Amino acid sequence: MVKVDIRQLFVLVLALALTMAAAPAVAQHDDHSTEVASGAESHDDHNSHEAHGDEGEYDPVGTVMHHIADANEFHVWKGVHIPLPVILYAPEHGWTTGLSSMFEHGHTAVDGYVLNHGRINRVADASFPKGEVHISHIAHKMVVTAEGDTTDAYFATYEGKDYALDAPSTLDGGMMGGGITSFYDFSITKNVFTMILAALLLIFIFNAVARGYKKNEGKAPSGIQSFFEVFFVFIRDEVSRPMIGEKHYERFQPFIMTLFFFIMFCNLMGLIPFFPGSANVTGNIAVTLTLAVFTFFVVNFNGKKDYWQHIFWMPGIPGWVKIILTPVEILGLFIRPFSLMVRLFANISAGHIIILSLIGLIFLFGENGTNTGGAAAGAVVGGLFTAFMNLIELLVALLQAFVFAILSASYIGAAVEEHHHDEAHAH
Amino acid sequence: MSNVLFLADFSVIKPDPGLIFWTTLIFLLVWVLLGRMAFGPIQSALKKRENDIQSALDEAKKARDEMAALHTKNEELMRQTQEERAKILKEAKETKDAIVKEAKEKAENEARKIVTNAKQDIENQRLAAMTDLKNQVGVLAIEIAEKVLRNQLDNKGAQEKLVDDLVKEIEMN
Repeated sequence: MVKVDIRQLFVLVLALALTMAAAPAVAQHDDHSTEVASGAESHDDHNSHEAHGDEGEYDPVGTVMHHIADANEFHVWKGVHIPLPVILYAPEHGWTTGLSSMFEHGHTAVDGYVLNHGRINRVADASFPKGEVHISHIAHKMVVTAEGDTTDAYFATYEGKDYALDAPSTLDGGMMGGGITSFYDFSITKNVFTMILAALLLIFIFNAVARGYKKNEGKAPSGIQSFFEVFFVFIRDEVSRPMIGEKHYERFQPFIMTLFFFIMFCNLMGLIPFFPGSANVTGNIAVTLTLAVFTFFVVNFNGKKDYWQHIFWMPGIPGWVKIILTPVEILGLFIRPFSLMVRLFANISAGHIIILSLIGLIFLFGENGTNTGGAAAGAVVGGLFTAFMNLIELLVALLQAFVFAILSASYIGAAVEEHHHDEAHAH
Repeated sequence: MSNVLFLADFSVIKPDPGLIFWTTLIFLLVWVLLGRMAFGPIQSALKKRENDIQSALDEAKKARDEMAALHTKNEELMRQTQEERAKILKEAKETKDAIVKEAKEKAENEARKIVTNAKQDIENQRLAAMTDLKNQVGVLAIEIAEKVLRNQLDNKGAQEKLVDDLVKEIEMN
């Protein structure tokens, strides 16, 4: 009975917290309107070109940020793109679906949507014509926000008039420069496409592995089965069993295995520098957030009486310490998945940024193609370092998947453990 | 580039609801599908195999122990059999000896009996022969005595002398 009550309480608190978190995000929408800075330097940024190798000026930060960002199309090489399906929702307009190729890389607007640097943006202005219209180009300007900060904004130029573009909505509540805008992007983006590919690969591989167990029943494992058995047994014997405990580990083994392999495959796909890899899936906070929330739910929905007791009223310590400890423990409840989220996101993003920066050395040393010797030196140095970094990233891809899995397992272990109150409580 | 600008470009830190939606969907799908299809069956298959290996090892150990026990039993049986054989041989020898001894004794007895009988017969024959001889000697003596007497009794002094000798002989006896 006590357990059920605590569970209901937990859901209630969670719902409350979500409501409160959503409120500022919506409020942010109002002061998101920007005004064009008078006399701000404005340089035209034709979208048919990529961010790098534009009008002579190489922008290293912009290039790196563009490459680690999600996109609505796969950029294969200059001028060659693989279109991806777009599913867009604007509250005032409804759903819009199609292929990202219909935007012709920023030259066509469909229902007010345009493709800006590989990402779908929307003209919020209601006076902008619906349906397919040709736009001359997309302009990039520096603007000053209501708070007086300088930021960059994009404009679609249609019949000589500039229309401000909205980026897709994000759930950071304006803290990271995003917020709820006039539309939501539910497209199969580069990241989603890579995730689907990783999922299909996982299903295909483990189907074969499971078939191997049926075929070789009572016999020694063979082929792909023996390769993946090592991982399975490793996760079972080094992660699930010691972390969760002999009594409960079997229940959570599929979850831990799914976490480990999903993250590992996404990480490894991100290391492939060309289609269908290169997407920074696990380096996107939306993905790691979702995975961390999964861990959070699995941990707290399986929390035993002892677990909740240790959070709200730690036994075996004086009352005044409990008053300090309880808020800390409640904070810890959220800090744990938060740390999972940030760790994976930061590690993978950092790896991508470093590799892209090293590749960028070629363009920096080459001084935008004017210095061939410098470019060659950059290629040698950058290439060597990139090769080295790729090896490290290979390790990181495995390590971070393992770390996410083992920490999730330890949190689950803490939730399902039945404490003996005489032993020291480690925190 | 100012810090604000950097953050504005750093889009990966802004959680996109679309990406959250798809990640949730894909992860749930992978979790459910792989859990049902692969991880569950793999786990039970591994467990079964481990149990099989353990029971196979246990059985092998049991079989080895049984073999050892059987071996000991066989040796014991062999030893018993050998003892039995030795005993039977010994008994047979004893029986043989007894039979031979008995046969010998019997033969000896028989021989002794035959000898005794033969002696008896001989004695009997001898006695019969002696009786016969005595009778013959008596008859001869009487005949001789008759002839002598007829010769001597023709003379008177010879008669008297004879009577005197006879008397003397009787008296001496």
